[in-house]
Amino acid sequence: MNDDKRMIYLDNAATTKTAPEVVEAMLPYFTELYGNPSSVYQFAQKSKEAVAASRETIAGALGAKPEEIYFTAGGTEADNWAIKAAAEAYRAKGNHIITSKIEHHAVLHTCQWLEKQGFEVTYLDVDETGIVKLDQLERAIRPETILISVMFANNEIGTIQPVKEIGQIARRHGVLFHTDAVQAFGQLPIQVDEMNIDMLSSSGHKLNGPKGIGFLYIRKGVKIRSFVHGGAQERKRRAGTENVPGIVGYAAAVERAVRTMEQRTARERELRDYLISRVLAEVPYTRLNGHRTKRLPNNANFSFQFVEGESLLIMLDMEGICGSSGSACTSGSLDPSHVLLAIGLPHEIAHGSLRLTLSEETTKEELDYVAEAIKKIVERLRGMSPLYEDFIRRQ
Amino acid sequence: MYSEKVMDHFQNPRNVGEIEDASGVGTVGNAKCGDIMRIYLDIDENQVIRDVKFKTFGCGAAIATSSMATELVKGKDIHEALKVTNKAVMEALDGLPPVKVHCSLLAEEAIHAALWDYAEKHGIQIEGLEKPKSDIHEGEEEESEEY
Repeated sequence: MNDDKRMIYLDNAATTKTAPEVVEAMLPYFTELYGNPSSVYQFAQKSKEAVAASRETIAGALGAKPEEIYFTAGGTEADNWAIKAAAEAYRAKGNHIITSKIEHHAVLHTCQWLEKQGFEVTYLDVDETGIVKLDQLERAIRPETILISVMFANNEIGTIQPVKEIGQIARRHGVLFHTDAVQAFGQLPIQVDEMNIDMLSSSGHKLNGPKGIGFLYIRKGVKIRSFVHGGAQERKRRAGTENVPGIVGYAAAVERAVRTMEQRTARERELRDYLISRVLAEVPYTRLNGHRTKRLPNNANFSFQFVEGESLLIMLDMEGICGSSGSACTSGSLDPSHVLLAIGLPHEIAHGSLRLTLSEETTKEELDYVAEAIKKIVERLRGMSPLYEDFIRRQ
Repeated sequence: MYSEKVMDHFQNPRNVGEIEDASGVGTVGNAKCGDIMRIYLDIDENQVIRDVKFKTFGCGAAIATSSMATELVKGKDIHEALKVTNKAVMEALDGLPPVKVHCSLLAEEAIHAALWDYAEKHGIQIEGLEKPKSDIHEGEEEESEEY
């Protein structure tokens, strides 16, 4: 809005800055090594090798085999592919899918589309912190259940699911387990074997990689077919000339994320907790959404009673602060975020939510500025709010 | 997303507040949809709106339309005030994004609700004024989502 003012970017769950070293790794594959990996001449072999090396790096980060990594155009495509293709491939076994009420729309809308194609979907409840109820999951499994899809960590409230336990339950019942790890990959350690994960979706731009690249991990032996038909790329399962610069950049970002994970997330956790304690202590009638500790290291999500999220976001923007909200006005519908409703928030409190997601560049000084701005803005908006007026009168 | 006028009325809303012993008060909208507007009118013996205040819980457009609606009715007599439509509010704000048009309807409704309250308190009828719905979304069909 105001170019000469400072900007504090706290929307890293939406997207992240592409790391300079990632861009640097990508650049040669635009202008110098632009060959098509499928071509036979030596020049193109360099591109092919780069894709293979990238696949290896990414597989290594998950404890997977390189041939189990299938590049896609992003997390949404990976989610669509995993769920639709599993539904198709295992239809002979059954037509029942289990997921949760707090999935990303890439999963939820795909499941809702499958319901129209004759599949039955169970949407698991979550507790007030956003954690899936394991006993409900176990009870929901039927002989015709073919897939369980539960996200690794939630994009709005940051809650981390008991993925390993979900994987065990799926394995015990012989059901495929897919997890949308778009928010978690790069922030939390993930090992597909240890966690019994059969399929996993991820996206490059959430971990300082480029936009337009993602992958689906598919465990060897899982029989799901091609989603995009055409050439023989990605072991004939995902046609189309490889996004070589994107893949190289993604691998550079993964390498970087793994290398820095321990230190980076420890620092972010400390700063996040500092922000959470300041806001909860200094802004009355405020709650933290999500789990206190089982949450992504960089995620803080608040609800401020009596104020509406979009107003809050615009006023924060005027102070140079970028955040996001689960209010209806920011979702393009009349309903506030399905995630906030699923954890049991009443509509008016869900409308007043604010998500702030930190990066490795976030400083304590910035968070002090943000906490002060929130205090000032919430007070101002409450001064205009008829809900607050009624509340004060009732006191 | 918003025009300069909308941003101005959002950042510097006119007539925010309450009026003690107001001649008429109207509250419309519902918290479920994320918009609630309350209008206070101070109407003199000549049926002229001497003062007007508002309080709004809602998005930027909801606050801006409330502010503009209060500006448009201030100083008018109740019959002229009744003619201030959502269209007039939108035009005065140099337009609203399509998804925010309902905010201007809510502002019109809030003025009507306050006038209705005034009319009831004074045992008069204002020609052309209908009893306002408490919820602007009542009876509106929700768009079905496409997958």
